[in-house]
Amino acid sequence: MLSINKLCARAGGRDILKGLDLEVGSGEVHAIMGPNGSGKSTLAGVLAGRPDLEVTGGSVTYRGHDLLEMDPEERAREGVFLAFQYPVEIPGVNNVYLLKAALNAIRKHRGEAELDAFEFLARIKDKTKLMQMDDSFLNRGVNEGFSGGEKKRNEVLQMAVLEPALAVLDETDSGLDIDALKVVADGVNSLRSPDRSMIVVTHYQRLLDYIVPDFVHVLSGGKIVRSGGKELALELEARGYDWLRDGADAA
Amino acid sequence: MATGQQDVEELVARKYRHGFVTDIESDTVPPGLDESVIRLISLKKKEPDFLLQWRLKAYEHWLTMPKPNWAHVNIAPIDYQAISYYSAPKKKTDGPKSLDEVDPKLLETYDKLGIPLHERARLAGVAVDAVFDSVSVATTFKKKLNEAGVIFCPFSEAVQDHPELLEQYLGSVVPTGDNFFAALNSAVFTDGSFVYVPKGVRCPMELSTYFRINAANTGQFERTLIIADEGSHVSYLEGCTAPMRDENQLHAAVVELVALDDAEIKYSTVQNWYPGDENGVGGIYNFVTKRGDCRGRNAKISWTQVETGSAITWKYPSCILRGDNSVGEFYSVALTNHYQQADTGTKMVHIGRNTKSTIVSKGISAGRGQNAYRGLVKIMPSAEGARNHTQCDSLLMGSDCGAHTFPYMEIANPGAVVEHEATTSKISEDQLFYCRQRGISEEDAVNMIVNGFCKEVFRELPMEFAVEAQNLLSVSLEGAVG
Repeated sequence: MLSINKLCARAGGRDILKGLDLEVGSGEVHAIMGPNGSGKSTLAGVLAGRPDLEVTGGSVTYRGHDLLEMDPEERAREGVFLAFQYPVEIPGVNNVYLLKAALNAIRKHRGEAELDAFEFLARIKDKTKLMQMDDSFLNRGVNEGFSGGEKKRNEVLQMAVLEPALAVLDETDSGLDIDALKVVADGVNSLRSPDRSMIVVTHYQRLLDYIVPDFVHVLSGGKIVRSGGKELALELEARGYDWLRDGADAA
Repeated sequence: MATGQQDVEELVARKYRHGFVTDIESDTVPPGLDESVIRLISLKKKEPDFLLQWRLKAYEHWLTMPKPNWAHVNIAPIDYQAISYYSAPKKKTDGPKSLDEVDPKLLETYDKLGIPLHERARLAGVAVDAVFDSVSVATTFKKKLNEAGVIFCPFSEAVQDHPELLEQYLGSVVPTGDNFFAALNSAVFTDGSFVYVPKGVRCPMELSTYFRINAANTGQFERTLIIADEGSHVSYLEGCTAPMRDENQLHAAVVELVALDDAEIKYSTVQNWYPGDENGVGGIYNFVTKRGDCRGRNAKISWTQVETGSAITWKYPSCILRGDNSVGEFYSVALTNHYQQADTGTKMVHIGRNTKSTIVSKGISAGRGQNAYRGLVKIMPSAEGARNHTQCDSLLMGSDCGAHTFPYMEIANPGAVVEHEATTSKISEDQLFYCRQRGISEEDAVNMIVNGFCKEVFRELPMEFAVEAQNLLSVSLEGAVG
């Protein structure tokens, strides 16, 4: 599904990713953990094609394509989805309108017929229910005046509707209370499938109690410094990151 | 996305879709302005003496007036002697009695503009007066309107058929000497639309005038007068286009609205005059005086404008809130791209008690466009309980454009409540990236964000035209990002 090779990237004039390697197979859920400033969000941004990040080396292959050559909208249409850590507000643009435009852009790319408003609303009904969002929520401006929890639920709703092949969740747990976290995690779990891979970026192990990963990687100093199964997350919870950070420097 | 050469050419060609010229024989007077030209126009129109005297008085006044220079625009000097003040398509008879007598080339022109004049092809429920250069060429749905008692006709026809209404109301809202361009218009105006809605009548359809400048080196000076008698209601829309030419052309119109007791006038404009090319060559100078007088109690006048065209737009649709409890509204979207300049806004003059006004202005600047909001809220001592709310938002695209706000307030009644809110924002990289990450192209994302920004204004437009306004905005913004 995704193969990242010696990836290097700069942001704001600083080197952040320094030779990162990662293999993600179909249907796998990978957690990326690490201390603040280790490059987790940069990795998520590079995969989605954020324009202010500069890739300085390495390669990313996604389903046989050179991902780094593709425009952000092309990646999205090919099934790459980023759940943003800080979803942006777009005043006056209807939440449901954006979602419909997005789905139709993707359908058009796939050569499928675009949906009209009625077909679209019928299709998203179950999904809004799953995310416990009522209709008034759909008709507000995109993220306009949403609470932190509402923004994150909206991200997962979009993911549920757009049905990506590769979903990157950037700190989707930040700013959520435990009830909201459960709703979001239930949403994500319902989307797990053998055809869909996920990269879950998080600072805390807490999220991984609800979204149980197949693999856990620790990112430190711009590289993956340790990989393991889900038990690695528990070890991190108990011991913190420092013991790995030192190890990274030594390596 | 434009990939091939052909796509690129299509995109460029789409920029100004109304830029063609109709090849039609015209009766055009030689350029230049003096008393004889005014007498000639008046003679051609077979005007009564009072109107000729009115024109001459305006002309005398105009000669004494200095050119205004307070607006935030750069205007190359205008040579008023190089303009032809009258141009009309030649016709066989005195005037078309029905659409069958209208020159087919003219019908074709309006078809191409998307304004078919044949009633069977018309938008249901919209009556159109089509003004081509200096004259009105056709008015649709006259019969149906007659049955309701509504008068909707070319201005020159009103001069013949309803001189008493003209004598009573013409210049009563915008006097001949009001300002430089209004004075010029009063002296040389050629045609326009006239509307009278009698007492208690709700006009059964939308009325609209479509203005088209075709001939070169002419100015268009039209005059519109709308009178809504007691308890009546009318919704009126105007649209404007012109061919692409390298010279600037002057459009100096005057619009007067009169709303008597309990009457309501809703006036919407979709202005798409030729804006000039991407280097700022050519385009229309759109210098327009629009004013509504809420002359009666509980009267309401609402202006909605979408200004995307013209090299320079200079207009302030205003309301005089004379009647007690009268209401004035101004909703505006002004977009400037490339080298376009706009200085636009409104004046709300509160005279009556409990008068209320609302101003919502959305300015969008792209390229090297300059966009200024200029507004006056004036509360007279008599305006007990007056209220105003002003909201002025600017959206910038790129770093070479400008947005400016000049809000004036003159408050002479301590009980008045006047609120002003202003914001300036940029379309952020974050917003664009968010949309693109969801699969939406950059161009569509910009359109979506801009339309979201303008939503409060678009919802005031009659439904048939809201969609057109959105499309116009996206065409006008082509090439603004990327």
